[in-house]
Amino acid sequence: MKYQIIHAGESRSFADDHPLVAGAAESGEIAVVIGTMAGTVFTELVDRGRKLAILIELGTECLGAHTGESRGEEGSNVLGFARFRLGDADPSNLVELVRQPRTTEAALAAAKQVLEGAGLQVAVCADFAGRIIDRLVRPYYNAALRRLDEGLATADDLDTTLKLGLGYPEGPIALLERTGLSHHFHVTQALYEAYGDPAYAPARRAHVAKQRG
Amino acid sequence: MTTAIKTVGVAGSGTMGAGIAIVAARAGFKTIIYDVREEALSRARKQTEGFFAKSVERKKLTQPQVDKIIGDLTGTTRIAELAACDIVIEAVFEDLKVKHALLGELDKVCPAHTLFASNTSTLSITEIAAGSGRDERVVGMHFCLPAQLMKLVEMSPGIRTGDDAFRAAWEFCMALGQIPVRTKDNPGFILNYFLVPFNNDAIRLVEAGVAAPADIDRAVKSGLGYPMGPLELLDLVGLDTHLLVAEALYASTHEPRTAVPALVKRMIAAGHLGRKTGRGFYTYQGNAMFGG
Repeated sequence: MKYQIIHAGESRSFADDHPLVAGAAESGEIAVVIGTMAGTVFTELVDRGRKLAILIELGTECLGAHTGESRGEEGSNVLGFARFRLGDADPSNLVELVRQPRTTEAALAAAKQVLEGAGLQVAVCADFAGRIIDRLVRPYYNAALRRLDEGLATADDLDTTLKLGLGYPEGPIALLERTGLSHHFHVTQALYEAYGDPAYAPARRAHVAKQRG
Repeated sequence: MTTAIKTVGVAGSGTMGAGIAIVAARAGFKTIIYDVREEALSRARKQTEGFFAKSVERKKLTQPQVDKIIGDLTGTTRIAELAACDIVIEAVFEDLKVKHALLGELDKVCPAHTLFASNTSTLSITEIAAGSGRDERVVGMHFCLPAQLMKLVEMSPGIRTGDDAFRAAWEFCMALGQIPVRTKDNPGFILNYFLVPFNNDAIRLVEAGVAAPADIDRAVKSGLGYPMGPLELLDLVGLDTHLLVAEALYASTHEPRTAVPALVKRMIAAGHLGRKTGRGFYTYQGNAMFGG
């Protein structure tokens, strides 16, 4: 299946040497718009209706911010996506693929084929802020940071417990220090603003990291 | 690590109790496992023999070593036999009244130096200790399931636990070959405090139609490198068990994320408990798992 990559600024998902980018054609029935300005570039595409699928790289925003929404019946040949990546760490092999209620099954199948063809794992989700992983891990990271402050255990004991007890590859404190606490602040603050749920409110240590810049 | 402890008692011969007894006997301690139910002791015995038979098969232990371990491990329905123990680890039902009743009886039969340890995963050590008659010698020792394979032990002192008692229990844990971590006497300690809300949040994503179970599990495994997705794990643990643990945690913390999502009770009512009933978030046939 032929697809084209449309660059729209720096992409958090794909560097130029990734197989998805390297395997793209000059043109194709699928367009993958990558970069921080993907949503803006998408609105300027003239042949949107003629594509089998258009994939827009998302940041923390919903796909509906670019496509519009109406009555819970929105959906077309346009999907959103983001390759999951924690802060400054390398991107994972996971792509969260965002659909709307009336997204066409043909567009969804084509998008999955292109992404999986480039060796990526795909998890399909509805168009909610935080998609899947951030919805799950940000409250967990905030709780871990709060509990560290409250002296539940030392950072090492917290990390050791969660690694040995649950088989996690890394404990939350070491992971956040490695990938950037200020990045965690930005993501969880966006979720807090989207949902108003205190579980997403950035923990004190994330605020401090943000203040230090 | 040296320890003054020679004889270990385990009260309760369910899956956890039997696993802890295996750990103690394997580490060379005389071990007495106590249960009021003869049939539970019998099941534990079979579980133990099966485990050690596999240890021999996999060349982890020799048959003479296993014979010695099995010889050091006895079962009893008479609580008075725990009088010989330097430490008794309770692994009975997660109910404060049940634990108080047990520890009260143990306090009458065990000598003053005997340590009492609780394998509770959700209850307060201080509250458990308050019914023991010797709260300065009660410690939390939460083994992970299956205890005979998992090295981690969460160790918690209660408010009145003496430093010497906690140190003795810590040294004993090291002598077992386990890896202790120290936590405050906090509901859920570390593991359940973080795991239960995380799993509840995953259920809420299913409930809200954010993604299908298979997509959530794939995301967590691929994106975070976790060995299992939360919904696969819940199916393995059983939703009825998750309900019990989460309700106990919610009762202690009243934190919204520990509250069990409504979907769990509906699934339990429908008999969708997970692997054990053939259907939970996934459908199972033999070893095969389908759908999401």
